[in-house]
Amino acid sequence: MKGLGTIFRRELMAYFATPVAYVFIVIFLVLNGIFTFYVGGFYERAQADLEPFFQFHPWLYMFLIPAISMRLWSEERKAGTLELLLTLPVSLAASVLGKFLAAWVFTAVALAGTFPIWLTVNYLGDPDNTVIVAGYLGSLLMAGGFLAIGSCISALTRNQVIAFVISFVICFAFNLSGFPMVIDVFSAWAPQVIVDTISSFSFLTHFNSILKGVIDIRDLIFFTTLIAFWLYANVLAIEVNKSN
Amino acid sequence: METLIEVTGLSKSFGTLQAVDNVSLTVRRGEVLGFLGPNGAGKSTTMKMITGFLAPSAGRISVAGFDIERDPLAAKARIGYLPEGAPAYGEMTAATFLEFIADIRGLPRATRAERIREVVAQIHLENVLDQRIETLSKGFKRRVGLAQAVLHDPEILIMDEPTDGLDPNQKHEVRSLIQAMAPHKAILISTHILEEVDAVCTRAVIIARGRLIFSGTPRELAARSRYHNAVTAIVASAEAGQASAVLSRLGEVETRELAEETRLTLLSSDGANAATTVQARLREAGVAPRELFIEHGHLDEVFRTITLGARGGEVHRT
Repeated sequence: MKGLGTIFRRELMAYFATPVAYVFIVIFLVLNGIFTFYVGGFYERAQADLEPFFQFHPWLYMFLIPAISMRLWSEERKAGTLELLLTLPVSLAASVLGKFLAAWVFTAVALAGTFPIWLTVNYLGDPDNTVIVAGYLGSLLMAGGFLAIGSCISALTRNQVIAFVISFVICFAFNLSGFPMVIDVFSAWAPQVIVDTISSFSFLTHFNSILKGVIDIRDLIFFTTLIAFWLYANVLAIEVNKSN
Repeated sequence: METLIEVTGLSKSFGTLQAVDNVSLTVRRGEVLGFLGPNGAGKSTTMKMITGFLAPSAGRISVAGFDIERDPLAAKARIGYLPEGAPAYGEMTAATFLEFIADIRGLPRATRAERIREVVAQIHLENVLDQRIETLSKGFKRRVGLAQAVLHDPEILIMDEPTDGLDPNQKHEVRSLIQAMAPHKAILISTHILEEVDAVCTRAVIIARGRLIFSGTPRELAARSRYHNAVTAIVASAEAGQASAVLSRLGEVETRELAEETRLTLLSSDGANAATTVQARLREAGVAPRELFIEHGHLDEVFRTITLGARGGEVHRT
């Protein structure tokens, strides 16, 4: 896709052109540390694995990812650069994908910053590093899912705060869709098939199965389909809602 | 000359609002078409459709032979566009922004740096290249927008209020730039500054409430003025009564009091001949006018007459 690389580079540079990137990375790392060592009881468990580290990622991403994605399109709308971007000889699909990939790579950079924790666990014990690699991969995939949701929501409004809040709520729902508080809403009236479908959307379920070190093709398909769906919705959201 | 922009039967509605209603226009290479109209008349919407940002509700747009809906990328590649307000990425410096545009426009790598230098020199951006765009003054922001629009040397240049918010010197510079590029391009500019039409446009169209209500040269536009070919004499206030009596015998006269002077305008005359007659009659009456000249027509008056007329409201007179 022509122009994708250019859009990607510009967007990635935009993160680092402002303090946002550094603030985000620092907060991400600090929170990860707190959750792993204090809440997750990394030492107390006395097990050489990174489960206490990874298990909080869905909850961290739930509010940190919308903070990354909220500006993707809202800002373009607000600053009027959407009109500039969409009158350049680049397809809308290339723009959506380029921006998404930039945000994803940025998240990967933040995630890569957690490597001292991997060094620590290898120093203290003898962990199964393939499980840890699977954990990182699953975490990144899940981040991609949240980002695609956030990017689509950001395309619907010129207000970043609204984009953040709505994305947060949707991410929260995806985290919890296997839990009673979401299931109960549907189980009273919807057929079992729908209830099962909804509970199968749970990020937690798919992520936890990857965390065990088993990369099931169904989990991969789940996350890639989810990303594709939301990015497609993202394209439509801009197409329909351009003049607003 | 080759037609580069061809718009046929263009309409756009937002819900129940008919923003653009059956507009057709063409711009040929070498032409500068001034797109006039009050705020909210549909100028920007029309430009947004020509540049492929908005999809028309009806009608066809052909840009350099490419249909903007069927072949958007080919059409967009041939257009340079300055959207209203000259939007640009604020966190980028002027230099990185222009490099981004050069990259996305696919300027050949070998000549890219040279071309950017050329445009930067032409638009006088040298001193702000390393500043972030959000810190630039309105005038410089506008110039960055202009540089962005002309960077790939497009055949078609579309600018939405290119001089809005600029000081008189900057306005003059932008107009000179447009004039310099005009022979090789088809240029469409929207404005509500009428002096601009006279200064740079070869042709003008007026749009009001979404409809095209005038199309012609700036001269033809001025000819619609009730002041076109009128003769104005400025006389000392003491002699005003006498002069007014003389002129009234020749036709309808409008009088405006200035400080110590009176401005008398004889309407509906035939210019040069009338001027000679007025001069002769005033001399016979012993009145010496301080100034005597032929009016070309007031564009703003024509503009008001045409656009308010289209609204069905009262026509205001100066």
